[in-house]
Amino acid sequence: RKFELYSMAWNLQEDLRAPYLSPAALLKNNLRREKSPSSRPLLEIYSASGLPLASMPGNRPGLGLSSSGGGEEGRGWPWGGGVQEETGCLVAGGGGGGGEGTEVLQNRVREAKVFHTEYGTGVAILTGAHRFSLTTNIDDLKLRRMPEVPGLQKLPSCWAVLSQDRVTLILLAVGQDLYLLDSTSCSVVTPPGMSPHAGAYVQMAVSFNYRYLALLTDTGSIWMGTASLKACLCLSGARPPPSLSSESPRIPACLCLSGARPPPSLSSESPRVPACLCLSGARPPPSLSSESPRIPACLCLSGARPPPSLSSESPRVPACLCLSGARPPPSLSSESPRIPACLCLSGARPPPSLSSESPRVPACLCLSGARPPPSLSSESPRIPACLCLSGARPPPSLSSESPRVPACLCLSGARPPPSLSSESPRIPACLCLSGARPPPSPTCQLHLPCAQGAGSVPGQRACSFHTAQGAGSVPGQRACSFAPGLTPGALAPRKRARRRTSTCAHRLLPAWRSSSVQAPGLTPGALAPRKRARRRTSTCGRSRTRSCYRRPVYTVVLHLKNELNRGTFFMTLQKQPVALSLYRQFCKHQELETLKDLSNQDDDHQELGNFHVHASYSKEQSREHRSAACESRRRGVLASAPQATEDQIKLLRMQRRLQDELDKPYVDFSLHDTVYSLILDGSHKRAEQLYRDFRIPDKRFWWLKISALAERDDWEELEKFSKSKKSPIGYLPGCPIALSMRPGPSAPLSAARAGGGRAHNSPRFPGRELDQAADAAIEHKNETELNLVLAKCTAATDSAVTEKIHRAKAQLLKK
Amino acid sequence: SSAIVWDEYLTGPFGLIAQYSLLKEHEVEKMFTLKAGRLPPADVKNIIFFVRPKLELMDIIAENVLSEDRVRSPQRDFHILFVPRRSLLCEQRLKDQGVLGSFIHREQYSLDLIPFDGDLLSMESETAFKECYLENDQTSLYHAAKGLMTLQALYGTIPQIFGKGDCARHVANMMIRMKREFPGGQNSIFPVFDTLLLLDRNVDLLSPLATQLTYEGLIDEIYGIQNTYVKLPPEKFAPKKQGEGGKDLPTEPKKLQLNSAEELYAEIRDKNFNAVGSVLSKKAKIISAAFEERHHAKTVGEIKQFVSQLPHMQAARSSLANHTSIAELIKDITTSEDFFDNLTVEQEFMSGIDTDKINNYTEDCIAQKHPLIKILRLVCLQSVCNSGLKQKVLDHYKREILQTYGYEHILTLNNLEKAGLLKLQTSSRNNYPTIRKTLRLWMDDVNEQNPNDISYVYSGYAPLSVRLAQLLARPGWRSIEEVLKMLPGPHFEERQQIPTGLQKKRQQGENRLTLVFFLGGVTYAEIAALRFLSQMEDGGTEYIIATTKLINGTSWIKSLMEKLEPPPF
Repeated sequence: RKFELYSMAWNLQEDLRAPYLSPAALLKNNLRREKSPSSRPLLEIYSASGLPLASMPGNRPGLGLSSSGGGEEGRGWPWGGGVQEETGCLVAGGGGGGGEGTEVLQNRVREAKVFHTEYGTGVAILTGAHRFSLTTNIDDLKLRRMPEVPGLQKLPSCWAVLSQDRVTLILLAVGQDLYLLDSTSCSVVTPPGMSPHAGAYVQMAVSFNYRYLALLTDTGSIWMGTASLKACLCLSGARPPPSLSSESPRIPACLCLSGARPPPSLSSESPRVPACLCLSGARPPPSLSSESPRIPACLCLSGARPPPSLSSESPRVPACLCLSGARPPPSLSSESPRIPACLCLSGARPPPSLSSESPRVPACLCLSGARPPPSLSSESPRIPACLCLSGARPPPSLSSESPRVPACLCLSGARPPPSLSSESPRIPACLCLSGARPPPSPTCQLHLPCAQGAGSVPGQRACSFHTAQGAGSVPGQRACSFAPGLTPGALAPRKRARRRTSTCAHRLLPAWRSSSVQAPGLTPGALAPRKRARRRTSTCGRSRTRSCYRRPVYTVVLHLKNELNRGTFFMTLQKQPVALSLYRQFCKHQELETLKDLSNQDDDHQELGNFHVHASYSKEQSREHRSAACESRRRGVLASAPQATEDQIKLLRMQRRLQDELDKPYVDFSLHDTVYSLILDGSHKRAEQLYRDFRIPDKRFWWLKISALAERDDWEELEKFSKSKKSPIGYLPGCPIALSMRPGPSAPLSAARAGGGRAHNSPRFPGRELDQAADAAIEHKNETELNLVLAKCTAATDSAVTEKIHRAKAQLLKK
Repeated sequence: SSAIVWDEYLTGPFGLIAQYSLLKEHEVEKMFTLKAGRLPPADVKNIIFFVRPKLELMDIIAENVLSEDRVRSPQRDFHILFVPRRSLLCEQRLKDQGVLGSFIHREQYSLDLIPFDGDLLSMESETAFKECYLENDQTSLYHAAKGLMTLQALYGTIPQIFGKGDCARHVANMMIRMKREFPGGQNSIFPVFDTLLLLDRNVDLLSPLATQLTYEGLIDEIYGIQNTYVKLPPEKFAPKKQGEGGKDLPTEPKKLQLNSAEELYAEIRDKNFNAVGSVLSKKAKIISAAFEERHHAKTVGEIKQFVSQLPHMQAARSSLANHTSIAELIKDITTSEDFFDNLTVEQEFMSGIDTDKINNYTEDCIAQKHPLIKILRLVCLQSVCNSGLKQKVLDHYKREILQTYGYEHILTLNNLEKAGLLKLQTSSRNNYPTIRKTLRLWMDDVNEQNPNDISYVYSGYAPLSVRLAQLLARPGWRSIEEVLKMLPGPHFEERQQIPTGLQKKRQQGENRLTLVFFLGGVTYAEIAALRFLSQMEDGGTEYIIATTKLINGTSWIKSLMEKLEPPPF
């Protein structure tokens, strides 16, 4: 149906009433103008378009026009009616050119309503005694008094006549109460979903077929629903009941007007109505499904946002139909073989990802000004992924894997997407018709010199483009046959251009090769993967091979991150391992907290643990983080890591204590270094304690202690230590350590002591060092040292040294 | 006129393809390294930043640009080139810093395969292995595939592609896809390569962990070769002149370029270090004999001939002097007890001795706090040679390492585990002995002087990766299916159609040319082994080597380590 508003040139101060598409009745009250109280009012009836149909005088001065009704179908006559002052009611019908009227007489008429039912035109009258009477057919005047409304002391605030199942009813509102009157009884009713705080009813309206009812309350809320008061269609400013379903074959389960939020779940089983109808600004419920074969699940008008996921299983309707400015839901799929998943009209933005598995329809159909979704793919062999009409902008990347259709088809004024690729050997990636601009793709620029040759053919820029793009593999006629207004004569130069393209491509090859080194952005290879990656990330893992192109994937990931809400975004990432890992890298650089959430969500305890370790090294509260790391590791399956982490926490605690006690930095030393520096400081007790607490293997502890003691120059302690227990590493290692720690003459001596003074077990020194040792011992005049060196000497090789020592000993003894 | 501001890491690789003189021809007047603070003054119109896409570098660039804006010097134009790729995150960071708009051009320079030598190409992407195996970021594989496409555009489509490993499969898939998407149609260049072999580094984790024993490998192990240059301690290179003994020794490290352009180096680089000495002394004799010839030169003609040879001889002599010095330096280390012990343990592991027990030497090294990387190499080697360690052994090592080197290394250990270098033995069966026996990875009788098998490069261990390449050429992988199944990742074969006109008609005795691409890095010893195979008389196959990065065990483990600094207290 069409809604139109005409402005008519009448200067009316009088009542003019006309319901939907019906004639208007006008009661011209001549009283005011002619100041003659006795003159009778004139009732005029006009058709909906303003043609006068009838005019007749009322017999008595009237109260005013109360109602006028639409034409009765059978007779095609319009009717008008008016309430005469106090006494009765005039019902007039204008048929043909003349007029005829019927008067219904009743005392103290307060209000009257004309209505139409299948029995004819009826009148309902409210008398001054607050009683209703009605007749269903004014041709057969039989007034029926309706039962009394209990406690009705004043005029009802509003009332309406309903007709249901051939019974005429009256619905009236008194304050906050609604009463339904039938011929025998009066009952109180409440519309479903109406909030008790909605206020008093001030106005009500019934649809011309008595099916729907709207109620307005003094708080401004509107209730709309079926006249049977069984289903609520919508409430403005209020929330409809949580679940609704429409079993009626003709009405949507929900109708949302501005700002109303429909109930969360809706379903329409009717074959003819959408489950939801959203008007400006309304948000449809999150999940909808239409099982009807003829109706889209959702219908969004200007500014309405369709629900995030929709699916249409019907073979004939798109899952979503978006009109101007509406944003279709992010994911749609059409499994129907005949219908595109999405149909976008002017200004509507289709959802970001669409796919059509149907063999006959494009995934998306965009009309003027609509922007198709960023990624589309058509797996159908016969249909382009996208079809853009005037002014529509195709999505930035498209690909067609079909061997027979171009990825994109653009009609007048449409701009093809910047990157396109066709894997088919026979078909150009893009086909542009009149006025369409070929995409600014580098490939195109690369071939531009060749294309210019064809540029002289009038208006065929687009054509020259596909020849260039197809690189000679598209048969010229075929490509051109799509272009309107082409004469066969225009084909010849194009063929030539095509030939030139291929030779040109040949010549360009070396240039390209060098350019592939200098400006790799121009290589065709660079184009395709980008697009592919983009598609891959947004459509759900259809292919198992992974994309590997960081920039485009990042582009998509960041775009998705901005577009989708966090949960959906994470869920999308889950399906894209490459995108996920790249996003992880991104988070590692920029959003550490997100990284944590990601790991949390995946239950990746290892990663979470790593995160905490990282954090513990970059922040102050390392202990907390490490215990968190420990916790998450323990939750994982790793066996050794939690132990290590616990140890580390214990160590940190000890280090802090040591730091406080000894006033030296210990924190974040490794255990090894801690023990080492403790020994260096002479805190052997504490070192021993750490050794026991952390169960340091004997071997390592010995190495550690020997080297630390050697560095400390504490040879007495070293000797003591070496004698304390049997060394697990033998006595050999002490010597080289001692030698390296203490260069100079006394080194071998120290080495000898480091060896624990065990003659039988200690290493053999080369003669020169032994000699030095002897010298040192002699210098110290220490007999034990001399004996030690002596013990190292073997008679055969070191006789000179032996002799020297004996001499020194003798000297010492003399003193 | 323009000035280039370099990310310091990039100067090395770029030095191999564009010298300063070349840049100067293209109106580059000044070159700076990227540093925080103000840019050095230069009277140029354009400033070009060449940087890797790293966030920390973006901050420095932003600082540079902002300080430039404050000074209000003559307006300069800024450009930025990302190597090898533009990064959204970096541009975002520049935007956040408010300088993105200052850049007139923001481009990427995709430097994929850089020629390092006549038969060696590298992408020098240091983090490739880490990105692929730890971070699941396969960007470097994409670059590898692109590099291979460039190579194919220049040298013809490679008819056969073999591969082993997940990354290899991925690269091959990308190549096939790129070929399909290539709009230029058929490549009309006669194919130079017969076969492409793609190998994942994680198929052979063992080879990089072992100490390389070729001359070049040892130089790399000990001093580290960076972009064909090595920095050596200067003492040995001081000009020896009498009477100047007390003079100050040079303190700047000696920088030498090492590549096959140097005749002597080409000869000895791939030899086992034990065989280098004899070659050097032989060379020394030949050179001194050549110099002696001047005494025999009698006629003017003879003298002229001698003089014309002089520059060459002098170059040879200085090269000999250099390499003798290097050999001496290396010998000091290889003869040390520690080196010997380490090598013994490595070889024990590789030949399968006591790989399932806690190793004494490793324990001792930990107790003495030897460098962590050395320990990790040993532990990982043991784990790889035992197809994972038993829970008890693994836990012990981990505990020892954490207690000695600090708890922060737990992340490094995690990384190693994730990369498969360090793992728990899951199945009771140890696959390594089977692999070792079938592929003959351990050879007891190694001839280091005149090798007859690739095992000479590690003095006993034949690198698995190269053995795979060798077996592919003859008799083919079908003979080793069983073992291939034990190694990680799929193995595959792909054929790329080439027009009949371009198909090779093989002549008698003509060698096949195989391109071996190591995804995740290759060591010099492996390269030496492949070169050895190329030179084998009855080999029938020559090899060209490409890789994502030239590595050795140390640099490799380092790239997997997580650096954590304790917070200052």
